[in-house]
Amino acid sequence: MDLSALLAQLLNGLAGASSLFLVATGLSLIFGVTRIVNFAHGSFFMLGMYVSYSLIERIGVGPWRAVGFWGALVLAALAVGLLGALVEILLLRRIYKAPELFQLLATFALVLVFNDAALWIWGPEDLLGRRAPGLEGAIQLFGRAYPSYNLFLIVIGPAIFGLLWMLLTKTRWGVMVRAATHDREMLGALGVNQAWLFTGVFALGCMLAGLGGAVQLPRQPASLTVDISTIGDAFVVVVVGGMGSIPGAFLASLLIAEVKAICIGIGTVHLAGIEISFSKLTLVVEFLIMAVVLVIRPWGLLGRLQATSRNSAPVEAPLKPGSNWFRMTVIGVFLLMAMLPMLDQSLPYAAVLGQDILVAALFAVSLHFMMGPGGMHSFGHSAYYGLGSYGAAILVKLAFMPMPLAMLVAPLVAGLGALLFGWFCVRLSGVYLAMLTLAFSQIVWSVVFQWDAVTGGSNGMVGIWPEDWLSGTRYYYLTLVLVGLSVYALRRFVFAPFGYAMRAGRDSSLRAEAIGIDVKLVQWLAFTIAGVFGGLAGTLYIFSKGSVSPDVISVSKSVDGLVMVLLGGIQSLTGPVIGAAVFGVLQDWVMRATDYWRALFGGIILFLVLAFPEGLAGISRQIETLWQLYRPAVGVVRREKLT
Amino acid sequence: MSGALLEVRDLYMAFGGVCAVDGITFDLHPGELLALIGPNGAGKSTTFNMVNGQLRASGGSVRLAEQELVGMKPRAIWRLGVGRTFQIAATFASFTVVENVQMAVMSHQQQIFSLWRPAANRYRDEALMLLKQVGMDAQADRACSELAYGDIKRVELAMALANNPRLLLMDEPTAGMAPRERNELMALTKRLVVERGMAVLFTEHSMDVVFAHADRIIVLARGKLIAEGEADEIRSHPKVKEVYFGNGLTFEHPPEPAVAARIPA
Repeated sequence: MDLSALLAQLLNGLAGASSLFLVATGLSLIFGVTRIVNFAHGSFFMLGMYVSYSLIERIGVGPWRAVGFWGALVLAALAVGLLGALVEILLLRRIYKAPELFQLLATFALVLVFNDAALWIWGPEDLLGRRAPGLEGAIQLFGRAYPSYNLFLIVIGPAIFGLLWMLLTKTRWGVMVRAATHDREMLGALGVNQAWLFTGVFALGCMLAGLGGAVQLPRQPASLTVDISTIGDAFVVVVVGGMGSIPGAFLASLLIAEVKAICIGIGTVHLAGIEISFSKLTLVVEFLIMAVVLVIRPWGLLGRLQATSRNSAPVEAPLKPGSNWFRMTVIGVFLLMAMLPMLDQSLPYAAVLGQDILVAALFAVSLHFMMGPGGMHSFGHSAYYGLGSYGAAILVKLAFMPMPLAMLVAPLVAGLGALLFGWFCVRLSGVYLAMLTLAFSQIVWSVVFQWDAVTGGSNGMVGIWPEDWLSGTRYYYLTLVLVGLSVYALRRFVFAPFGYAMRAGRDSSLRAEAIGIDVKLVQWLAFTIAGVFGGLAGTLYIFSKGSVSPDVISVSKSVDGLVMVLLGGIQSLTGPVIGAAVFGVLQDWVMRATDYWRALFGGIILFLVLAFPEGLAGISRQIETLWQLYRPAVGVVRREKLT
Repeated sequence: MSGALLEVRDLYMAFGGVCAVDGITFDLHPGELLALIGPNGAGKSTTFNMVNGQLRASGGSVRLAEQELVGMKPRAIWRLGVGRTFQIAATFASFTVVENVQMAVMSHQQQIFSLWRPAANRYRDEALMLLKQVGMDAQADRACSELAYGDIKRVELAMALANNPRLLLMDEPTAGMAPRERNELMALTKRLVVERGMAVLFTEHSMDVVFAHADRIIVLARGKLIAEGEADEIRSHPKVKEVYFGNGLTFEHPPEPAVAARIPA
C-alpha cells in the first residue's frame, strides 16, 4: 500500500467516524443521564435512514431538490427525536424504578417492534438513497478520485461535537444534563424537574442517532439489519470512550473507524510465509480494541467510575430451600416432560419443542448462575453455547471422536474458553463487564465465521448426529436427564457455600474480602462453571439438530438468553426455567401465527415488563401480597398497623 | 516494645500531594482497648485501612506479632486473625442474619469452594453462639436487609468475631446508634477483650464512649500523632484541647488601625 492509498483510507476512516460518533454520542448521553442502556438506539439510527429516504423521495426531487434533500435530513432527525420523546414518555418513565436489566429488556422489545414496523412500512428490500445534490461527484485527492460527500461527513462529526459541547457547557439546560450525569438524585433534591430533563435528553440522543442514519444514507442503503449492527458498533464506541463521556465517544469513534479503515487498506499480507487477511479482521478489530482498552483502562479512555445509583433494585430475599410442594411440582413437571414423546400420535411436534425448551432452559439457567447469584451480567453467553456446539462438531467430524466422548469433552472446551475470557472479565464490573463478554463472544463468532477450513464458515457444519443407539426418542430422554441433572447441580452449587460466597461477593465485595473471601477467584470460577453448562447446552443442541451455523454465537442468541432470564425474574432460581419455557412456547406460537412475529413478541415482552417488573416468577409473590392484603382477617390487622 | 501484638512504626500515606497519615507510631497489647480519636480528616480511617490492607501504606511498617502486614491483601490479613467492622456497616443484604455470620465462619473454615452440601446447616450453632454474644440471636432468621442500622452493626461485629480474631479493628462502631445502644455495644466489646484476651483498636466520635471504655487513647490531628495516654491525661492535654476546641484565635484579628481610630475610647 502506497502513501496516497493510506491517506485515502485515513480520510475514509474520518468519514466513517462521523456517523459512528453521532449514534454513539446519543447513546452515551442517554446512559449518562438516565442510566438506561438503550438497546433500541440502533433502531433509531435505522429509522433515521428510512425516514430520510422517504422524505427525500418526496421533497428531494425537482428544481428545489437541493433544499429538499438537506431539509429532509434535518426533518428526519427531528422526526426520530420526536419518536424518542414519545417512547420516553409512554414507556421508559414507567420503568425508571425497575432494575437496570429490565430497562434493557424493554428497549430490546422496542428493537423488535421497530424492526417489524420498518418491514411493514418500507418492505424487505434494501433502499439506496439519492446522492446529495452538489456533492454527487468526486474530487481529485493525492491523484485519486475521492467522493466529495465524504468531505461533508468528515466535517459534520466535529461540527456536531462542537455544538454539543457548546450546548452542554454554555446553556443552563446543558449544566443540568451534566449535573444529572454526575448525581441525578442530588439534582432532583435541588428541585429540578427530572422528568422533562430525561425526556429532553432521550429525544436529543435519538435525534442524533436519526441524524447519523440520515447522513449515512447516500453511502449505505437502508436495510433491516442496520439496527443490530449499529447498536453493536455504538456500544463498543461508548464503552471504549467511557460511558457518559462525549469527548470519549468522539475519540473512540475516530480510533475505531481509523483502525478499521487501515485494516481494509492493508488487505492481505504475507508475513513469514503466513497469509494474514487484515480486511477480514475488520469484523472483529473493534472488539479487540475494546477488550484491550477495558483491560488497561477499565472505565474506558475518558470515562470515570460510575457512582452507584441510590435508586437501585430491591434487595433480593434470602434463599429458601424448596418446600415439599415445590419438590412435588418439579417432579410433576419432569414426569410430564418424560411423557411428551408418548404423544407422538396426537402431538408429534411436542417432543421437538420440548427438546428445544430443555436446551434453552439449561442455557438460561447457566446464564442466570453467573448473572443472578454471581452478579456478573453477560451479553455474550452465546460464546460458550457456540464453543460447546462447534466443539462437539469439530471433535466428531475432524477428530473422529465417538459421539458420547465428544459430548463429554465439548462442554469442557467451552469451559476452557470461559476460563480464558473470564480471567479478563472478572476484573471489571457492571455494564463494562457485560460489554467485555459481548466482545469475547463477537471474537469467537468472527473466528468461527472466517475459519472456513475447520468450521465451514458461514455455511456451518452439517451431519453431526448422535450414534444410532442414542438417536430419536432416546436422545430426547438423554437430554431430559442431562438437563435435569445439570439444573439440579447448579441449584446445589447456589445453596452450597460456594453459592453463598458468590452472593456475598455480589452484595458487598468490601465485606467479602474482609472476611477472607477471594471475590475475583470466586467470580472466575463461577464464570467458568457457567461456561461449562452453557457449553453443554450447545452440545445438546447440535446433536439434536445435526447441523450448526455461526448464528448460534450471534448477539441475538445471547439476547435470547437474557430475555429468558429476565422474563423469569433474575432474583428467582426457578425464574430461568420458567422464562425459557415461556420464551420457547411464545416464540414458537408467535412465529407461526404471523409474519410480524417480532413485533408481536416485542409487544408481549413490553406488556410483561410493564405488568410484572419482578419477572414471571415474581407473579406468585405479587399474588401472595395481594391475597394477604385482601384476606379479611389479615387485612384488618394491616389496616390497623397503617393507621 | 516487646509484648505488643500490633506494632505500627512510622506509618505514612500520601494521596497525590496530600499527606493523610504522616509517620505515626504506636503499639497495641493483647487485652487492650485502644481508642484512636481525632477531628474529621485527621487520618483515622486511613490508618485503619492501612492496618487491614484495604490501602497499601506509602511508607512505614505494620507488624502483627512480628509479621509484616504492609503489602498484604485484606483477606490474607484476616486469615492472620484480624477482624474488622466498617464505618458504614457492610453486611450481605440478601442473607439472613445468621447466614451472614455463617458465611464468615465458613470462610474461616476454608469451605468457600465447597460445591455440594448445603450451606444452611453448616456452623449454624457456632453462628448462633456468636449472635448471642452480640445480642442478636433472637433475630437470627430475619433478612439482614430489614434490620435497623444499630442491629446491622452488631451483626457486623459478630461476623468480625467469626475467625476468633487476635485483633479487632472497629471503625466508628457506634455511629448511628442511640446512646444506650452505644454503651451496651462498647461494654460488650470490653467484655470480649477481657474474656478472649483480644486487642481492639477503634475510632470513635463520641467522647463519652471513648473516655468511659478505652484503656488508652491516641490522638491524631492532620495525620500526626499528637498525644497518647489514659483518659485523664488526654482530657487535660493542651494540644488535644487545641485541636478539638481551637486556640480561640482563628477569627480574632487585631483591630485595624483606621477602624480603631474611629472608635471612641
